[in-house]
Amino acid sequence: MCGIAGILALGGAPPTLGELRRMAGALHHRGPDEHGAYRDERCGLAHARLSIIDLSTGQQPLSNEDGTLWISFNGEIFDYVELRAELTRAGHHFRTASDTEVIVHAWEEWGEAAFPRMNGQWAVALWDRKARRLILSRDRVGVRPLYVAEHAGRLWFASELKAFFAADPSFPRRLDPRGIDETFTFWSVVPPQSVFEQVEELEPGTTLIVSADGRSRRRYWHPSYPTRGEEAALTTDEAAQAVATTLERATSLRMLRADVPVGSYLSGGLDSSLVAALALRARGRGFQTFSLRFEDAEYDETTHQRTMAEHLGSEHHEVVCSKADIARLFPRVVLHAERPLLRTAPAPLLLLSELVRQTGTKVVLTGEGADEVFAGYDLFKEGKVRRFCARQPSSKSRPRLLDALYPYLTRSPVAQRAVARQFFLQGLSEADQPGFAHATRWRTTSALKRLYAASFVERLGAFDAKRRLLDSLPDDFSRWSPLSQDQYLETRTLLSGYLLSSQGDRMLMASSVEGRFPFLDRDVMALAATLPPSVKLRGLDEKHVLKKLGRGLLPQSILQRSKQPYRAPDALAFVTGPRAAYVDEVLSARAVVDAGVFDPTRVAQLWAKCQAQAHQGQFSNADNMALVGVLSTQLLHQQLVATRFEASEAPLRTEVTF
Amino acid sequence: MNLEPSIRAFVEKNFYVADTAALGAETSLLDSGIIDSTGVLEVIAFLEETFGIEVADDEMLPENLDTIGRIARYVAKKRAQAPDGAKPC
Repeated sequence: MCGIAGILALGGAPPTLGELRRMAGALHHRGPDEHGAYRDERCGLAHARLSIIDLSTGQQPLSNEDGTLWISFNGEIFDYVELRAELTRAGHHFRTASDTEVIVHAWEEWGEAAFPRMNGQWAVALWDRKARRLILSRDRVGVRPLYVAEHAGRLWFASELKAFFAADPSFPRRLDPRGIDETFTFWSVVPPQSVFEQVEELEPGTTLIVSADGRSRRRYWHPSYPTRGEEAALTTDEAAQAVATTLERATSLRMLRADVPVGSYLSGGLDSSLVAALALRARGRGFQTFSLRFEDAEYDETTHQRTMAEHLGSEHHEVVCSKADIARLFPRVVLHAERPLLRTAPAPLLLLSELVRQTGTKVVLTGEGADEVFAGYDLFKEGKVRRFCARQPSSKSRPRLLDALYPYLTRSPVAQRAVARQFFLQGLSEADQPGFAHATRWRTTSALKRLYAASFVERLGAFDAKRRLLDSLPDDFSRWSPLSQDQYLETRTLLSGYLLSSQGDRMLMASSVEGRFPFLDRDVMALAATLPPSVKLRGLDEKHVLKKLGRGLLPQSILQRSKQPYRAPDALAFVTGPRAAYVDEVLSARAVVDAGVFDPTRVAQLWAKCQAQAHQGQFSNADNMALVGVLSTQLLHQQLVATRFEASEAPLRTEVTF
Repeated sequence: MNLEPSIRAFVEKNFYVADTAALGAETSLLDSGIIDSTGVLEVIAFLEETFGIEVADDEMLPENLDTIGRIARYVAKKRAQAPDGAKPC
């Protein structure tokens, strides 16, 4: 795990050592152990290293035998041992024990076809001096970030875009209305869109090759499913057996392939419990586990976490998060996430990664990805119920299934039930259209656009975020089962753009901790995609196959508890207790006008409303998202647009100049 | 009297609607996402406090509450039915 960056001159000035050192400096938190740079008259590569594999000789940038191919790499290739054996048989010679060197030789041997062969999580830059081409590649689902930009006759790339600003004061810093608008539709940008003008986020599963001849871009992977009705003919038991074997290998690779201790997060839920149980089986002895507790009982899962820790016999660590912690950490959270957020949920995870760092652990396993890969979210169930209702729109009994899905509805005032019913049953005539299940969430989120300033709406013009996403779907999308379609959209939007990024990589790397995600293993994803929908979502029982394979592995109480979505106090964090000093500042009319996104009068009304309702102890979903969305956008503007992010020049352990 | 302006002012402010021109008297507040299932309780509390009416359970329906126009007509009807001495707004 590390940070990577670099510059390729495309008619512009050659990269300077100072620029590369400032980029490495801006990414220091991602790789505090050592820094390196490579530079010739055309290309420069920078690297900030968090040493995990091959501690003694894994320095970067690193090259092939004759120094014609150089690499800067962030991530892990979990099957590097097997790939190395294959490459050795093909005549390649290795000087280090690192997975980094395996990528270099894999590229020499297989070219672009190297990446689909790899099982891992990566953002990588390869500079081929002879062919004068730069190769950039990113893992399948976007575990590791990679931004690309063109400025001043040069192509720039970096793990975090703050590296661009740190390297060059003239690098443009402007929020891109389209990126903001995607966020206020899907909760996240959808790569290649970013929230900064002129900056592109390389799409997950993509290889980009840049040379004097131009750019070529290939999507070597995207989530893909069998044609409806042609899924693997497996019973639940058979599926559970297959998943158990594959997931166990995925977990074992991630637990054992490291030269430093690997720990595990325990949320108290099914997914991280499964991962930890399989990790224990792989390792054969105890390891460290980490849990996030909440001061507010509403969000807390301590009992289940401790049950699981006891079951594992792990050395368990806990940190308690309060509303004040969230308010205190939020500016840092935004600075690391580099994008607006509609939830504060990343903030507690920053607290948790700090706890991990304090114990000296550098790597943690988590259960991230299980909900997308094995259909865990309420949204999938909601889509199923709404499609069922759509088949008999006049039925009075079918909508009652919504009460089974959202039990709070039966306890709610009549008005709320009537509104909820109208809400969920809207657009039933479009049940066959792509995005039908997501329509409810996208509509709720898009409604916040009513806060946009008139000038911002003008800048957006005719841009339609939803249209753009739905126009970019793969050709076979409509042939997949409805559940597969919903999983695809969830993976491409929320998983890649928010969960793995704002809530994942960025909060982990802020504390120099690497996350590893067995559920996002190449083979686990491939197997899960072929399973019949009924094995994943059986009736309204989510992640059915995982619960099945969890029997005998996990305590009954973990298997039987109902799913609790991970949540944190949102707007409430900013209106209770002592006011964080920055809030009034970034919400002031002047700051709002400067950022140019929202209408200052309406922001003032929203803020006044939140303050007035603080004593009630809860807010509507809309008010929560609106306040967190505005605050984070304003903090983003304050920290990365209005002021230039600066970094000192990192001292280099490795320096190569041609 | 025309109740729409005061209802409109409340909706615009409480639900922070910047583009007021797009908010017509018959724009669906539910379908446009301006009012969600919690927001509707805020509307009811506002109507009861401001107009001195009591919104009965069986009246808490989109038919009465989904647009500024519908809300105004609903409140007017309620006030017409109310015995003398109902609180003026």
